[in-house]
Amino acid sequence: MARDDVKTGYKYVGTRPNRPDGLDKVTGRARYGADFSLPGMLHAAVVRSPHAHARIVKIDASKALALEGVKAVVTRADMPTGLEGEDLNLQDNTLAGDRALYDGHAVAAVAATSALLAQDAARLIEVTYEVLPHVTDVDAAMAPGAPVIRPGVADYSVPEGMHGNVARYMKFGHGDVEAGFAAADVVREHTYKTEATHQGYIEPHAAVGQMGEDGRGEMWVCTQGHWYIRRMSAAVLGIEAANLRVTPSEIGGGFGGKTTIFMEPLTLALSKKAGGRPVKLVMSRSEVLRATGPTASASMDVKIGMKKDGTITAGQIFFRMQGGAFPGMSPIGEALPCAFACYDIPALKHEAVEVIANRPKAAAYRAPGSPMAAFAVESMVDELCRELNLDPIEVRLKNGARNGSKSSYGPVYTMIGLQETLEAAKAHPNYKVKLGPNQGRGVASGFWFNHGGETSVSLAVGEDGTATVMIGTPDIGGSRASIGLMVAETLGIPYEDVRVNVVETGALGVNEPTHGSRATFASGKAAVEAANQAIKEMCKRAAAEWEIDAEAVEWKDGAAHPAGPNAGKFPPMTIGEIGSKMGGTGGPISGHHEVTAGGYGASFGTHVVDVEVDPETGRTTVLRYLVVQDAGTAIHPAYVEGQYQGGAAQGIGWALNEEYVYGADGRLQNPVFLDYRIPVASDLPMIDTVIVEVPNPGHPYGVRGVGETGITPPLPAIASAIAGATGARIRSLPCSPPKVLAAIKAKR
Amino acid sequence: MAKVHLWASLRRFAEGQEVVEVDAATVGQMLDALEKAHPGLGPAIKAGLSVAVDGEVIANNRAAPVKPESEVFLLQRLKGG
Repeated sequence: MARDDVKTGYKYVGTRPNRPDGLDKVTGRARYGADFSLPGMLHAAVVRSPHAHARIVKIDASKALALEGVKAVVTRADMPTGLEGEDLNLQDNTLAGDRALYDGHAVAAVAATSALLAQDAARLIEVTYEVLPHVTDVDAAMAPGAPVIRPGVADYSVPEGMHGNVARYMKFGHGDVEAGFAAADVVREHTYKTEATHQGYIEPHAAVGQMGEDGRGEMWVCTQGHWYIRRMSAAVLGIEAANLRVTPSEIGGGFGGKTTIFMEPLTLALSKKAGGRPVKLVMSRSEVLRATGPTASASMDVKIGMKKDGTITAGQIFFRMQGGAFPGMSPIGEALPCAFACYDIPALKHEAVEVIANRPKAAAYRAPGSPMAAFAVESMVDELCRELNLDPIEVRLKNGARNGSKSSYGPVYTMIGLQETLEAAKAHPNYKVKLGPNQGRGVASGFWFNHGGETSVSLAVGEDGTATVMIGTPDIGGSRASIGLMVAETLGIPYEDVRVNVVETGALGVNEPTHGSRATFASGKAAVEAANQAIKEMCKRAAAEWEIDAEAVEWKDGAAHPAGPNAGKFPPMTIGEIGSKMGGTGGPISGHHEVTAGGYGASFGTHVVDVEVDPETGRTTVLRYLVVQDAGTAIHPAYVEGQYQGGAAQGIGWALNEEYVYGADGRLQNPVFLDYRIPVASDLPMIDTVIVEVPNPGHPYGVRGVGETGITPPLPAIASAIAGATGARIRSLPCSPPKVLAAIKAKR
Repeated sequence: MAKVHLWASLRRFAEGQEVVEVDAATVGQMLDALEKAHPGLGPAIKAGLSVAVDGEVIANNRAAPVKPESEVFLLQRLKGG
């Protein structure tokens, strides 16, 4: 679906070479967070609150410190005071202050000569708690009489009279909603709920930190963004960020959950107290689930009006979202603008509150807020389509956003590909498969903004004509390969001659994390500019040797050429020739580019899923699944397909099984993968993909981020498919077998 | 002058205005002028905003240009995964 007005026919862009990190990863040579060790290294363990809400009366570490081999214990008393705002929240979450705010909240940490000894010592640290009333459910947290967890938590946006657990409020919209509903033939209103889910990355958080008495430190850490780790850790510990050097490891998944700190500063605090010996801390899976940020849970009221011909006349939503015991963590600011982003509707009203509850501090999770919002709005659209006997793709084609549409959150869209994804889904063979008994089909579209952000990239030409690119965005989804392809295309040299390295904080200017689907877009855009800078210098070197003007030299196919007959007759001078003698022609040749990258282009996708539901057990089997998404330009199509499939798999898990289950005591009941059920390969069919390419004019190769949109449509698509199969609509995720069975029985 | 659209719950800090006209050449100048004219918007601006200028969402680049005919929308600061 390439556009006629955009350059295509690239030599390297759009090919599928082997991944540069593939061999390291399949042979075990790749070094993940827990693989890093240093001589004299200590191991750490963390003492965590068993209570959802409790005052910390006393911490007695004397028995732990008496153990031979125990070198240091830190509590909040070892942290600096006087922090404010989000820095204080980060410090409060790293180690509890006077109160533990959720089950699993860190209270103390200990370093010892072995991991087992550290765990034994942690058990000997005696914490005296005074248990306080707690609340974990988003609706219960706003109910009259709910304990106010943190008095004064509301920010400027919260109108007077709201519950004391409301931290933030937002409202926007356009048009006359009431007139829109009056013009509709059918108006329906329901409440939809989604539970908190975890990013479920395979690699738990791990870090090694070392800090001397001089306040200078170094950290090796599994993270999506080491400059963020540096800034946040420095703030929590009250040191200068410049005194901290952070090196990222390979990363076994992040999905937003590794864009912030949880336990990383503890390694530095313990190291400093242990005389500067390095300290390693690796979280267990239970710690990851109890104490690192899942996404928010949500309770969402939706009202939509539709005419008999499928025209949507108005929409209205009120979202309640809790992101744990810390303000600013639930994604209401993203969920609201994402909710109706796929539509061009004349009248919309959006309203949301953020609520705090006794749960872990939420973190970003793949298209934060968008999956929940889509579950509510796309489920309601599907309900209306079924009631009015309308084709769900035709309704979306009729009401869907297109170039020139005013978005639901205000700005006008330019160069978007939603309509193209809908047409491709409609034309796909999956949409024509005849369904059997107990089978149903669901359709949903999804949106994510994408992001650019602070980016710094450097490129060096080698003496052998190769190029080494230094980037600051950890490679989670194949960005080294895609950036290598773009640099190869720009320089005109083989992909194998480009090496892309993720480097530490001391080697580049500030980089935001690999988040917001930005790495291939932003680091790629900067890498292309860095390559162009190196090309300019190489042309200059060739011009000097040929004794002609630099402007009379052009670069193509990996070599400098005279730009035309008037420039003179010289054989092409390759990058290898220029590199081999650069020491004698002016010195090393490099390029660099620093930018807050804009022009990132919005992302849309459409999914179609067929399921079969066992009417005896309520178990849902995904029969076939189709992801259609606009990639702008797919630099490395296999990685793009991988992102589509990965997003769909996570969304299917969210729809069918995943949920945080809290007991009446406020403790997490399922903090292991045995009970927190993420989909495994045998649960899913091969996920079919279609890459739509509506090039993004804001990128030299037309890239738009592809990492996040894919998780958004599965929630409503699966629930709608189950409704098709059973006649029963599940409005509260997950669609677990007991819930589906109960809904089927209620329908009978 | 650029037209800056405020989301509904911000309007109470700007005398109920939905659109505020601002004379600014950059996003940074626009935000400074907004805060100067309507100090009640200060906490929202300090908390961090994303800004859409003529259809393009700009996360945090104060240097991004704003034209006299620009249509600007303020959004809550967007975070990605």
